[in-house]
Amino acid sequence: MAGASEPAGGRPDGAAPPAIELRGISKAFGPVQANRNIDLAVPRGTIHGIIGENGAGKSTLMSILYGFYKPDSGEILVNGQPITISDSQTAIRAGIGMVFQHFKLVQNFTVLENVILGAEDGRLLRPSLAKARGVLKQLAAEYQLNVDPDETIEELSVGHQQRVEILKALYRQADILILDEPTGVLTPAEADHLFRILEGLRDEGKTIILITHKLREIMEITDNVSVMRRGEMVASVRTAETSPEELAELMVGRKVLLNVDKAPARPGAPVLEVRDLRLVDADGVERLRGIGFDIRAGEILGIAGVSGNGQTQLLELLGGYPEKGSRVSGSIRVHGQELDLTGTRSDAATRRARGIGHVPEDRQVEGLIMDFAAWENVAFGYHHAPKYNRGWLMDNDAIRKDAEGKIARFDVRPPNCHLAARNFSGGNQQKIVVAREIERNPDLLLIGQPTRGVDIGAIEFIHKRIVELRDAGKAVLLVSVELDEILSLSDRIAVMFDGRIMGERLPGQTTTGELGLLMAGITDTAHVPDDAGIPPGTPPHAEAAGDTA
Amino acid sequence: MDKMPKWADVILTPLISLLLAMAISALVILAIGESPWLALKTMVDGALGSSYGWGFTLYYTTNFIFTGLAVAVAYHASLFNIGGEGQAAMGGLGVALVLLYLPLPHWILALPVAMAGAAMFGAAWALIPAWLQARRGSHIVITTIMFNFIAAALLNYVLVNLLRPVGSMDPASGRFPEATHLPKLSDIALGMGLEWGKNTPVNVTFIVAIIACLLVWLLIWRTRLGYEIRAFGRSEPGALYAGISPVRITVLAMLISGGLAGLMAINNVMGESERLVLNAVEGAGFIGIAVALMGRNHPLGVLLAALLFGFLYQGGGELALWTSIPRELIIVIQALVILFTGALDNMVRMPLERLFLSRRKRGAA
Repeated sequence: MAGASEPAGGRPDGAAPPAIELRGISKAFGPVQANRNIDLAVPRGTIHGIIGENGAGKSTLMSILYGFYKPDSGEILVNGQPITISDSQTAIRAGIGMVFQHFKLVQNFTVLENVILGAEDGRLLRPSLAKARGVLKQLAAEYQLNVDPDETIEELSVGHQQRVEILKALYRQADILILDEPTGVLTPAEADHLFRILEGLRDEGKTIILITHKLREIMEITDNVSVMRRGEMVASVRTAETSPEELAELMVGRKVLLNVDKAPARPGAPVLEVRDLRLVDADGVERLRGIGFDIRAGEILGIAGVSGNGQTQLLELLGGYPEKGSRVSGSIRVHGQELDLTGTRSDAATRRARGIGHVPEDRQVEGLIMDFAAWENVAFGYHHAPKYNRGWLMDNDAIRKDAEGKIARFDVRPPNCHLAARNFSGGNQQKIVVAREIERNPDLLLIGQPTRGVDIGAIEFIHKRIVELRDAGKAVLLVSVELDEILSLSDRIAVMFDGRIMGERLPGQTTTGELGLLMAGITDTAHVPDDAGIPPGTPPHAEAAGDTA
Repeated sequence: MDKMPKWADVILTPLISLLLAMAISALVILAIGESPWLALKTMVDGALGSSYGWGFTLYYTTNFIFTGLAVAVAYHASLFNIGGEGQAAMGGLGVALVLLYLPLPHWILALPVAMAGAAMFGAAWALIPAWLQARRGSHIVITTIMFNFIAAALLNYVLVNLLRPVGSMDPASGRFPEATHLPKLSDIALGMGLEWGKNTPVNVTFIVAIIACLLVWLLIWRTRLGYEIRAFGRSEPGALYAGISPVRITVLAMLISGGLAGLMAINNVMGESERLVLNAVEGAGFIGIAVALMGRNHPLGVLLAALLFGFLYQGGGELALWTSIPRELIIVIQALVILFTGALDNMVRMPLERLFLSRRKRGAA
C-alpha cells in the first residue's frame, strides 16, 4: 500500500506526560491470567495501535481503562495523574471515550438524541438538544464528521453509525479515544474515511488507541504499536521502524506465512451452478436479486462484499435453511442435478446428503452448540451418520474417538474433547467446525467468514486446509468480508452488493481499489487509479441509493 | 473450564438452598407462634418415620416424577410446558375410558393398555399447543396454561354428563372393574412376607415411574432424537443449520412431555382412586415445574426432587393433622423451596463458585 503512512506522527515534546500510562496492570479471571504486569505509555496526540491474537488480553485491558473491570494490581495515570477508574462515568470524566465494536446506539432515536443520551443537562430535553446541535455542527466542520443530526440511526449506513459513536465520545469531551476493531464492518472506502477522521483528530491533539488485528491498518495509520501475547505486552515499537512480518511474529511467537502458498488451480467440471437466484425475506425485502455463478471442481470462488449485502442469505439458501418466511426462486444445480428450493427436501440435512459441507458465518450461533462438549459437536449435523450410531442409540464412544482424532489432526487446543465448545477460543472453535465439515470430504464446501475472530496462527492453518480441499478436486465457495483473505485464497472473485453480483475478477488482475468500488456498488471501475477509495462527500451511486430506499 | 466440581453443582447448591428455605420457614412458623422444631419433627415422623408415612410419600413422589419428567423433557427443547396439570387430567380421562369400556381381564394386561390410553390423551392435549407454537408462533406458555382450564372444564362436562353412573350424585365415573386394580406395594410386600405400608396408596406405578426416569435419560442423552431435542433447545438457528426441523422437534418433544404428564393418571386414577373423580390431579402438574427446576431437568434430579416434594406434601398433611399449624403453611414452605432452589439459585451458586475458584487458586499456587 502506497497509502498515507506519514513519518511517524506525534510531537516529540519529551516533557509532557503521556496521555495514558499503565504501570504493572494485572488482572486474573479465576485461574486465567488475562493481563500480566502490563506497562503502556501512549504519548499525547498520537495514534497508538494495540494488536494481538484473540484472547491475548486486549479487550480486558481496554475494559480496565474504561472502568468495566477493576485491575488486581497496577496503576493508571491519565496525563500524569494517577486515577482510579471505578466505572465508565469516571472514565468519561477523565476524558476517555470508547467506540465499541458493536455500536451502542438506540436504533429508533435520532443522531442528536443518541448523542445526548446519558449526558442530558437537565430535566427538559430541549435545551440539551439545542446545545448538542451546535456542538455537533462545530465538530462536523472541524473533523469532517458529517452526519445529519435529525436522521434516525436505523436510516444510517454502518460507517455513519460509527461516526455517531465517535461524536458521542467527542461530545463528552473525550481527549483519549479508544476504538475496538473499528473497521470490521466498513468498506475499504469507509475505512479510509475513518482513518482521515482519526488523523484529523490526532492533529487537533487528541490521543487515539486503535485495537485491531489487521496488520495493514496498523502499518497505515498508527504512530506507535504495542503487541500483546497471552496477557503480556511483548513489544512497543514505533510503527515506522517495524514491518508486518515482524509484528505477526511478535503476536504469534513464531514465524507466520502471511500469504497463502498455493499452486494455480486446475479446475474441472462445474460442481455448483447457480442461476437467477432470488430471495425475498419475511419483511418483503429483496435480499438476492438474481444471483448466478458457477464453481468448478478444484476451484475456490471468493465472494467479497460488505456484510449485509446478501451474502448471509446466499449461504443460508445454499446450505438449506433460508430465513423462515422468505420466498425463493431460481435454480441451484449440484453436479448437474437440480436441488429443491422449497419443501421438505430443501433442508440442511438433504443438502449434506448431496455432498455439501457448510462452515457457517456464525459458528457460535449456528455451527456449534456452545453448551455441548466438543465431541458432541463433532457429530452436529451428521448425527444420523451410520458411523455415529448403533441401532437405536447413538454410539457415543465412536463419536468421541472420531472427535479425538479430529482434535489431534486439526491441532485443537486444549486437546480435550469433553470440554464444552464455549470454553475453546474462537480459533479453536472454528477448527472444530472446519474439521467436522472438511473431513466429511464434501464435493462442495460453503465457508462463510472462515477466520472471523480467529487468531493469526489458526488463520494460517485454516487457509491451508481450504487450499488442500481445493487441490483434492473439490469446489469451495468462500464468503468473507476480509478483502485480504478473498484476494489470497480465491481463484476467482465475485463481488456482491445489494443482492447482486457486481462483477467477477481474477485475483491477479484486480486491486483492492477496484474491488472496493464494486463493493460500494460502482461498476464503472475502468478509469480508477489503484488505491482510490470513494472521496469523502461523493454521493452514493444513484442506482444503489434508489434500491435501498 | 468448569467453575466448580460437579458434586458441588448438583448436590451442594440445592442442599444449601434447601437449608435456607428451611431456615426461613422456621422463622415463619416461629412468627405464628408455633415451634419449628416440633413442626419439622411432625413432618419427618409423618412422612418418613413409618412405612405408612413412606407409603404416602412415595405415592406423591410417583405423581411428581411423571409431571417433573414431563416438564424436563420439554425444557430440553427449550419449551416451557406449564400444561402438565391439564395433560395429566386428560390422561385420567384416557385411563377411565380404556378401563371402563375395554374388557381387560387382568391388571397385567390392563396396565400397558391404560398406560397407552393415558399417554395418548396427555400427548394429544399437548399436541395442539405444540402445533400452534411450531406453526403459528403462539407462545407455548400461554397456550398450555389456557389448555389447563379447557381440560378442567372438559373433564367437568364429561364427568357430570357422560361418565357419571345413572343415579349417582357424585361427579365421578363408575368404579373400574376389580380385575384391573393395580397391586399396591403393600400387597407385594405382603406377598414376600413383609408387613410394609399397610393401607397406603403407593402401587406398582412407582416402579413404572422409576423405569420412566431411566427411559427419559436414555432418550435425552443416548438417542438421536434426544440429541436433536437438546441441540434445538440450545440454539434454533443451530438446529436449522444442522438440518433439524424445529416443527418436528417442537411437536415430538411436546408429545413426549404430554404423554409423560398423562402417565401420572396410572398412579392417581388407576392405582389410587380406581375411578375418575373431579380434580384428580390436585396441582401435581404445577409441582412438576418445581420438581424439574430443582432437579435440573435431569431424570435423577427429578427423582430426588420428587421425593423431596413428596415428603413436603405428605409431611404437610401430617402437620395439619397433628398440630395447629394450618395446612396452607405447607404451601408457604413449598413456595420457599421453589423460590430458593429455582428463582434464587444464583444467590447460592455464585458465592459457592467464588469459594471454589479461590480454593483452587490457592491449591495451584
